[in-house]
Amino acid sequence: MAYNLNNRVALVTGGTKGIGKAIALTLARAGAKVAVNYSSDEEAARETVEQLKATNGFGIALKADVSNSEDVRKMYQTLLDETEALHILVNNAGIIRDTLLMLMKDEDWRKVIDVNLTGVYNCSKAALRPMIGEKWGRIINIISPSAIMGRQGQTNYAASKGGILSFTRSLAREVARLGITVNAVSPGVIETELTEVLNEKVRKEFLNMIPLGRFGTPEEVARTVLFLSSEEAGYITGTYISVDGGMT
Amino acid sequence: MEKEELIEELKELIITRLKLEDITPEEIGDDDPLFGEGLGLDSIDALELVVALEKKYGIKIPDEDVGREAFRSVNALADYVIRNRDGAD
Repeated sequence: MAYNLNNRVALVTGGTKGIGKAIALTLARAGAKVAVNYSSDEEAARETVEQLKATNGFGIALKADVSNSEDVRKMYQTLLDETEALHILVNNAGIIRDTLLMLMKDEDWRKVIDVNLTGVYNCSKAALRPMIGEKWGRIINIISPSAIMGRQGQTNYAASKGGILSFTRSLAREVARLGITVNAVSPGVIETELTEVLNEKVRKEFLNMIPLGRFGTPEEVARTVLFLSSEEAGYITGTYISVDGGMT
Repeated sequence: MEKEELIEELKELIITRLKLEDITPEEIGDDDPLFGEGLGLDSIDALELVVALEKKYGIKIPDEDVGREAFRSVNALADYVIRNRDGAD
């Protein structure tokens, strides 16, 4: 089935690289007007906008630190001045600062919670007014197997992603009646520039945990996000879909 | 716009936006509480109303404290709109 997102406006945070970029381009190919948010890499932003425009004629990049509510407010103002609507929000922006808890710096705890969890709070909150105005919305939060089964060295990251999952379930109940669904997608180990740097031993270790015996692709995650963004997924809310080769 | 006119407009808006088909504007008392008893709207209705009012009058209802004050009654809501709408001084 080909999903149709014509006349939909989507915002993908952390949308100029890796999984976020694949999501942005996939939604654009389905017809959505896509805005991508980024924090610092201007070159990647420019390139993504070019590719979005080549796909369906529309594309904008919005620079904002999602953990900063004032940045997020300005980002939405710029977006809504341009598009006058928002239907789909993909909260993908996230960082990792892996350390064993006993040796974790306060800064590494705080930064991960601020960007990953408070970022979802800021961006989702600002998305509700336009979505309620349209009586239609899709919020899709990118989480992680760490949220579901935990992982050593990731107490900060797992706490942020687990927090997002609980946030997803609660917000889904709040806004269901207003035509808005809220779900999460949990990508396992996905081939991106983050996994390219893994050494052979770590790759092997990961592969042993994955029943399907391979890493996933950004496009496989993006297709799941596309489905949840579609009209066809309208009876799904407050849950998550794992795209992890059976890992969890 | 006179306040009485605004009050009528707000009653119409509440009825149409929240699809309260079995209620007429005359049945909404100016000082009736909108939520809980009175009209019996709930907090999710309030979200829809906030968005509709912000759009129509260019006002801002940023948080729960402001909302509780503004939604005390249609009368209170009219006062809030008059004090805060586009071009108000």
